[in-house]
Amino acid sequence: MPARGNGRWLGGGLLLAAGLVAPYVVYPVFAMKVLCFALFACAFNLLLGYTGLLSFGHAAFLGSAGYVTAYTVKSLGFSPGLGLLAGTACAAVLGLVIGWLAIRRSGIYFAMITLGLAQVIYFLSLQLEFTGGEDGIQGVPRGVLFGVLPLDNPLVMYHFVLAVFLFGFWVVYRAIHSPFGQVLKAIRENEPRAVSLGYDVHRYKLLAFVLSATLAGLAGGTKSLVFQLASLTDVHWHTSGEVVLMTLLGGLGTEFGPVVGALLVVTLNNYLAGFGSWVTVITGAIFVVCVLAFRRGIVGEILAFARSRSAPKDP
Amino acid sequence: MAEEIVLETRGLTKDFKGFVAVDGVDLAVRRGTVHALIGPNGAGKTTVFNLLTRFLAPTAGRIFFKGVDITSSRPAVVARQGLVRSFQISAVFLHLTVLENVRVALQRPLGTSFQFWRPERVLDVLNDRAMEILETVDLAGFASHAAVELPYGRKRALEFATTLALDPEVLLLDEPTSGMGHEDVARVTALIRKAAADRTVLMVEHNLGVVANLSDTITVLQRGKVLAEGTYDEVSRDPRVLEAYVGNADA
Ligand SMILES: Nc1ncnc2c1ncn2[C@@H]1O[C@H](COP(=O)(O)OP(=O)(O)O)[C@@H](O)[C@H]1O
Ligand SMILES: [Mg+2]
Repeated sequence: MPARGNGRWLGGGLLLAAGLVAPYVVYPVFAMKVLCFALFACAFNLLLGYTGLLSFGHAAFLGSAGYVTAYTVKSLGFSPGLGLLAGTACAAVLGLVIGWLAIRRSGIYFAMITLGLAQVIYFLSLQLEFTGGEDGIQGVPRGVLFGVLPLDNPLVMYHFVLAVFLFGFWVVYRAIHSPFGQVLKAIRENEPRAVSLGYDVHRYKLLAFVLSATLAGLAGGTKSLVFQLASLTDVHWHTSGEVVLMTLLGGLGTEFGPVVGALLVVTLNNYLAGFGSWVTVITGAIFVVCVLAFRRGIVGEILAFARSRSAPKDP
Repeated sequence: MAEEIVLETRGLTKDFKGFVAVDGVDLAVRRGTVHALIGPNGAGKTTVFNLLTRFLAPTAGRIFFKGVDITSSRPAVVARQGLVRSFQISAVFLHLTVLENVRVALQRPLGTSFQFWRPERVLDVLNDRAMEILETVDLAGFASHAAVELPYGRKRALEFATTLALDPEVLLLDEPTSGMGHEDVARVTALIRKAAADRTVLMVEHNLGVVANLSDTITVLQRGKVLAEGTYDEVSRDPRVLEAYVGNADA
């Protein structure tokens, strides 16, 4: 136990240090993109990694929150903080609706229902007036946060995004290591058994789903402020697939895995952008290789290695 | 012995798309007794358990627990009312520690189980109780191990401990000694006897030695129907039961 605790502090410390120096080493916009997707993947991991539910429609929460934040800030003149709150709240409500409809099914059926409902959101995003159709909502002003912090300044904006990410990461961490998290893990491990212990598993799954959707929305709203844009890309099923990829690559059901996975995938997408449509093929190939070589994901393999080194002897 | 019926079924039937696995079963389990459900493989014993605990919905018939009709209750509600089952295939939370496995069972009455904003530490108040329970099944020494590391017999012991942690009024055990060696069988038999001291037990069991040893009443099931019922002596002398078991030596 203490060894694991140390590893957690080490991991957390490294992450924080990386987060603090990042804007001086890479383009702040790139670092912010990584942070948004890292938060998105952490939210997703709460559901897949700790509850055992594979949602294939998480882009719906990322994207719709992005639209609502962009719209409220640009067209209704909301402050960035309030816009972000509106976007996040929208994702929470959407999470409640989609979760409520999907939660009674499991496995592939659950995945298909979430995918189907996310496609409905995509269709609405394309058709509704306020989303701007193919153009999306462009030129969203970043504005002034809490009336004092000018988000047009890249470094101010970066630190705001870092703070949002750390908050979201902390919420996920808290939830995983809470009385609620214990029940989630029990459901993931053996659902009938959890039922036989008297737990109404649907309610726990629904709460996990809403939490996950809410944090995905927080990521999406933040992203729309970073890029000053809300577009169809973020509600597209590609994005739902990408977050699965990030989580699996980094390490399903590990605290830091999704962050590492998001960093990897965003970096790849960025640096391979020059290869045009080959990007998908290359990321696909890397994904296959990684899954074959590191079945537990990068962080998962590191943890398994550390554990095998410090395995306790049988009493 | 109290004659109160704690668990009762009337005409319990389960039809799996034309295959009747449980066929008009009337069962009456008296409070404070050990009641065994035996019968050849495929007789419908596990299905009866699934119906009693509402994991399956019956096609026909009614189920009464403590005099209340629970035929359409939700399974988690039935469990909370005190009718708790174990599983034929060992059911533990493999990637939780042995201590956590038991603690999950103890945790619900605290009423904190939806609190995602509080640290796990708030559950530490349950550790002493969990250790006590682990002590009774000789697992205290494994408390910090992941359940997945336990050998089979110990996993079953852990499942038993987890079930007992709920302190159920009626305990349903589905083949508690299956796949165990002699030593483990003896240990589990002793555990069941101890658990039965102050509660009702309904168990499915293939080991007739264990059945003879523990049960007050035995119901023999064959092809979904009740074939015979009575004490071990009565049932074991029944010619229909002997016939059913000929050619079913494994039962
Ligand atoms: N979910 C199910 N769907 C269809 N048939 C089932 C199902 N569960 C059990 N059965 C069938 O019902 C019969 C009784 O099974 P079961 O109750 O497991 O028997 P036992 O526990 O007495 O060995 C078997 O023939 C089995 O194949
Ligand atoms: Mg069976």
